[in-house]
Amino acid sequence: MGGITWGYVLRRVGMWLLTILIGTTLIFMIPRLAPGDPVAAMIGRMQAQAGFVENSAQIIEAWRARFGLDQPLYVQYFNYLFNSLRFDFGYSLASFPGRVNEMVLNALPWTIGLLSLATVLSFIIGNTIGALMAWDRTPGILRTLLPTTLTFTSIPFFMLGILLIYVFAFGLRWLPPSGAYGRGLTQGFNLAFMSSVAYHAILPAMAIVVTSMGLWAIGMRGMMITTAGEDYMILAQAKGLKPSRIFWLYGVRNSILPQVTALALTLGAIVGGSLLVEYIFAYPGVGYLLYQGIVTSDYTLIQGIVFMLIFVTATAVLVLDLIYPLIDPRITFERG
Amino acid sequence: MTVQMERKRAAQSASANGKEITLDVKSLKVYYATPTGDVRAVDDVSFHVYRGEILGLVGESGCGKTTTAMAILRMVQPPGRIVGGQVLLDGIDLVGLNESALRDVRWNTLALIPQGAMNSLNPVMRIHTQIAEAIQTHEGKQPKEKLKKRILDLLVTVGLPSRIYDMYPHELSGGMKQRVCIAMAVALHPSLIIADEPTSALDVVVQRVVGQTLLDVKQRMGVSMILIGHDMGLQAQLVDRIAVMYAGHMVEVSPVGSIFADPLHPYTQLLIESIPSIKERKPLKLTEGLTHDLRNPPPGCIFQERCPKVMDICRADKPPLRQIKPEHYVACHLYE
Repeated sequence: MGGITWGYVLRRVGMWLLTILIGTTLIFMIPRLAPGDPVAAMIGRMQAQAGFVENSAQIIEAWRARFGLDQPLYVQYFNYLFNSLRFDFGYSLASFPGRVNEMVLNALPWTIGLLSLATVLSFIIGNTIGALMAWDRTPGILRTLLPTTLTFTSIPFFMLGILLIYVFAFGLRWLPPSGAYGRGLTQGFNLAFMSSVAYHAILPAMAIVVTSMGLWAIGMRGMMITTAGEDYMILAQAKGLKPSRIFWLYGVRNSILPQVTALALTLGAIVGGSLLVEYIFAYPGVGYLLYQGIVTSDYTLIQGIVFMLIFVTATAVLVLDLIYPLIDPRITFERG
Repeated sequence: MTVQMERKRAAQSASANGKEITLDVKSLKVYYATPTGDVRAVDDVSFHVYRGEILGLVGESGCGKTTTAMAILRMVQPPGRIVGGQVLLDGIDLVGLNESALRDVRWNTLALIPQGAMNSLNPVMRIHTQIAEAIQTHEGKQPKEKLKKRILDLLVTVGLPSRIYDMYPHELSGGMKQRVCIAMAVALHPSLIIADEPTSALDVVVQRVVGQTLLDVKQRMGVSMILIGHDMGLQAQLVDRIAVMYAGHMVEVSPVGSIFADPLHPYTQLLIESIPSIKERKPLKLTEGLTHDLRNPPPGCIFQERCPKVMDICRADKPPLRQIKPEHYVACHLYE
């Protein structure tokens, strides 16, 4: 009866570890399957910029040793694996003294904050719209208006982002076009800083919410129509329950279950999709950092970010997996 | 109009025999709109239910039994609609009630035991919550302890153990779920309960138990019931009077003893002959697929195309429902 058994939790945590392990291994293998040597490539870039680099062979040797690239592959792998699990990704290649984990950890709260807010808003608004579209008591005006909100789904969110910046930042000058907080403010939990953060988050969040809520709405509408045909909906009506109670506790409550599963499945895509939004709004999150890493061929930074994305996504899915039996009593932990 | 006069006489004889009428359905018409014309699912149907009796409503699939029940509950789903007639429950015409007055009547005076026992309870709500919401919607918020005791008493009434109080529907068997529905139906002591094939999804043993529970409840509470079904054997054991429907029309209404001893309408005769007997093997006489198009009924009797005793007059004049023996009505030209 909805009780969590330790066997289930252990199995799910095991799956979580396995996911991270496989993901980490892939990150390690893929760059090494590609031809070329990162240090030689770097020297190549330096030569292209400065013309000639003295003692390039020694520099290559020294750096290969410095980055551990002279060791056998399996030693590199286990070193990498061990360091990754301690969240130690070494130094950034592009901004050398900077450590990757510091850069990622600085950027991560911005991304998680923006995306969790946008995702939750999109989930709530989208599902409400979808449910209302399928409800036969929805006022006629809403019934005609709501489907138009879905047209935004077909606009790519970076296009909408540019449009929003044009209208609200440059046209109306209501909202800032870029950044995560006003210049000259010190980071911390003070009112001026926090309100500045909220102020700066409106446009990027809006771009994500408006373009993604339509998908939730379409799925929810379909589920609500299926639920409306269930026998318990007929009995609920015969019981003389208030329409609002039937809508929320019978219709939405049952229709939302597959949507929550879908939420877990889309989390990974959402985190990856933040790249463009953060780039357009120059938002100092992981997506923006990843963009910089790709532009500067900063392999260690890219590896660190991808590892963090895998870690965060797997953890989010794990949490949803553990929560799911609490919202659907039919899912028991015993049979997994 | 002879039909009108017959009905008036029926009503007079009803009050003449000193029994109180709980439900009086008069000339009920329910049509379903289709692109090629209205399907007359229930066409000019009249009957009544006495206080404290069980009326069996029988007929083959698609004859309009469930549509009649849904019309009494005012829950005909579009494209269906009530075209005409009256549904008098304790003297109040339900057809004319507005939405909120209707919600008051539902469950307070008119309850439903639904057809699909397996899916009639909300899968994400505990049993006690589903019974409690029926009570509290109509009687307002109740003290916690009092409410719990009342729900436990209801469970005992239908022979369910108190441990299911906290359970979810999926943890119960089909028979238990159906008995939860019965407990819920009697919670507010309604005047009339409509049981729509309450045993059709259950196996024979459980059918008996549920049937017995219905009889117990009727005797203990003196509630009136309409028992919809097509199982003549089960009807014979449970009901006081039987109303036989065919193609949206009422063809015979009679006390259960009289109709089994001497079925008058050819359709009823075929129905009763269809009950399998242990003593003799006999072929099933009723042929299927010869029902006329309900959009365009032929003149005369609605059973003419399948009737083994069809006469010329049957193809010209519609036979009215007439009293042939005490309380025994039939719509057939054979008895003029």
